[in-house]
Amino acid sequence: MSRYFSKDHEWIDVDGDTGTVGITDYAQGQLGDITFVELPAVGQAVKKGESVSVVDSVKAASDVYTPVSGEVTDANPALADAPELVNADAETGGWLFRIKLADAGELGDLMDEAAYKDYVDGL
Amino acid sequence: MNAPNASGWKPELGPSGTASPVTSSGDRGLQLEEPLIFELGTGANFGVDLDAPEAAPLASLGRFLRKDKAALPGLTEPEAVRHYTRLSRQNYAIDLGPFPLGSCTMKHNPRLNEKMARLPGFADVHPLQPVQSVQGALGVINQLAFWLIELTGMHGVAMTPKAGAHGELCGLLCIKAAILAKGEDRPVILVPESAHGTNPATAAFAGFRVENIPATPAGRVDLAALKARLGPDVAGVMITNPNTCGLFEPEMKDISDAVHAAGGYVYCDGANFNAIVGKVRPGDLGVDAMHINLHKTFSTPHGGGGPGSGPVVLSEALSPFGPLPFTARQADGTIRLIEEEDAPVEHPQGFGRMTAFHGQMGMFTRALTYILSHGADGLRQVAEDAVLNANYVLRSLEDVLDAPFAASGPCMHEALFSDDNLPDGFSTLDVAKGLIDEGFHPMTVYFPLVVHGAMLVEPTETESKQGLDRLIGSLRAVAERALAGDESLKSAPHYAPRRRLDETQAARKPVLTWQGHVQQPAPPIPSEIGGS
Repeated sequence: MSRYFSKDHEWIDVDGDTGTVGITDYAQGQLGDITFVELPAVGQAVKKGESVSVVDSVKAASDVYTPVSGEVTDANPALADAPELVNADAETGGWLFRIKLADAGELGDLMDEAAYKDYVDGL
Repeated sequence: MNAPNASGWKPELGPSGTASPVTSSGDRGLQLEEPLIFELGTGANFGVDLDAPEAAPLASLGRFLRKDKAALPGLTEPEAVRHYTRLSRQNYAIDLGPFPLGSCTMKHNPRLNEKMARLPGFADVHPLQPVQSVQGALGVINQLAFWLIELTGMHGVAMTPKAGAHGELCGLLCIKAAILAKGEDRPVILVPESAHGTNPATAAFAGFRVENIPATPAGRVDLAALKARLGPDVAGVMITNPNTCGLFEPEMKDISDAVHAAGGYVYCDGANFNAIVGKVRPGDLGVDAMHINLHKTFSTPHGGGGPGSGPVVLSEALSPFGPLPFTARQADGTIRLIEEEDAPVEHPQGFGRMTAFHGQMGMFTRALTYILSHGADGLRQVAEDAVLNANYVLRSLEDVLDAPFAASGPCMHEALFSDDNLPDGFSTLDVAKGLIDEGFHPMTVYFPLVVHGAMLVEPTETESKQGLDRLIGSLRAVAERALAGDESLKSAPHYAPRRRLDETQAARKPVLTWQGHVQQPAPPIPSEIGGS
């Protein structure tokens, strides 16, 4: 399994042709206390870069863009009652949705952990 | 800055040096603690004495007759009056002090406006009266429409929309009707990153798909990115000018030309028109539709004192599609109201109707009073003074607060700061809460989103230099406390009726109804009233 990062501060763990997507710890820190997460519908076909989810915090409502194209296969059921999970555990338990990758080649446009860290340090 | 008690004629305000005693009422002098009206009313008191209902009408209600007693609070009239008056004393209003909310244009509501709106001929008319009996009121609508068209350099105006977002919807429905009339399919509206949140919401509500246009490092619309995205699927753009970073979009005409060349329309969010009224005509910049917030630029009450009113000026291309009804002055000087029965002949392409009647009559009267009492030269000075005041705030505070676009030149009607220069652990929220202790309503915070920890200050032309100096002095003092690492700022406000509230829990687990019939422990109050 390998992890990739987008410039919009999403992470994706890829296992075979399935990816698990969430927002990074940096992103949740910027957003502040998260109050609501709107998740994509299971079965929804999405295109890379499309806004598929919304994270509401006390500061703002922010779009979450899918880092890859494909079909949504699962959405994190725990977030309905406990959106604060994204604050507490953004990069594991606070995952947002799972996606069946349409084109693994799209992963080439994303960053690895070291590149993302450099990117965030430059912000 | 003027000290509040400069000449020393009053005894000093504040603690005498001994510990503050606890009062049995919970009130602290004139700072009053007030229960909910349902907690006040015992049910034993009444403000009116009604006869017992007769049986016959009750019987005719049949199964609709109430079975349970309505859980109304019973209060005497003085108790009810005192309750609401006491509550009003916990409020902050433009009549109490500056309201520096950026992008809201919280300006003074001149008393002359109120006097005119209360004239019985305006206040006591009914929208269903015969038009010959309300010629004066219709004349006000018609004359205000003329002024709005003149000030914006546009072709027509839809007077009925009842607020800014309602106006946005009106403009986008005009664009949609124009596109349909041409037999085209253009599903996309482009919106810059710095847009008001209502812009993408309105576009989505009107059935368009929204795509973002990035901003340049100087806080303006990226013209190259916009041009690259234009095409046969783009219905138009929604641009706020001056934008929400308080900056003028200097390439507006180029933006409009490019959009028009691609067959689209330009919607301008007129929320910030106050900065350019009398100086710039949006029609000259190629704008096709723009709403005007009468409750901002034209001084009608705003923010709870409303209602809002959002007339939309339209270009020649969009005017045929505007909504009904509207006024039309006849050759003999009388004014007609064009409604559905006349539309097939006189306005066949209009998209329909947005309101039951003619719009916010009371606001029209106030706005026209404001316009006529200022005149064209006075309105120009409104814009000049509003911009001067904002720049005075910007330059007076840029040494203690990070001002991300200060280097790009003067701002327009609002000064934008960020929390980038504050020490770790201090944020925009702390500055805002500290300003409450200073006796001011905070500025807009965390908006626009393109700036980290944004603080957006719009003083408007309302404030005198002395008033601005007091606001600046307080903002500076709070910023300096943050820069010095003053931990007490993190728990501000200390002197408000309530201390810092838990905004997260309020959003996650909001308590929206009072359930007096359910026996439950009262939710914990974050801290004692004014106590510390």
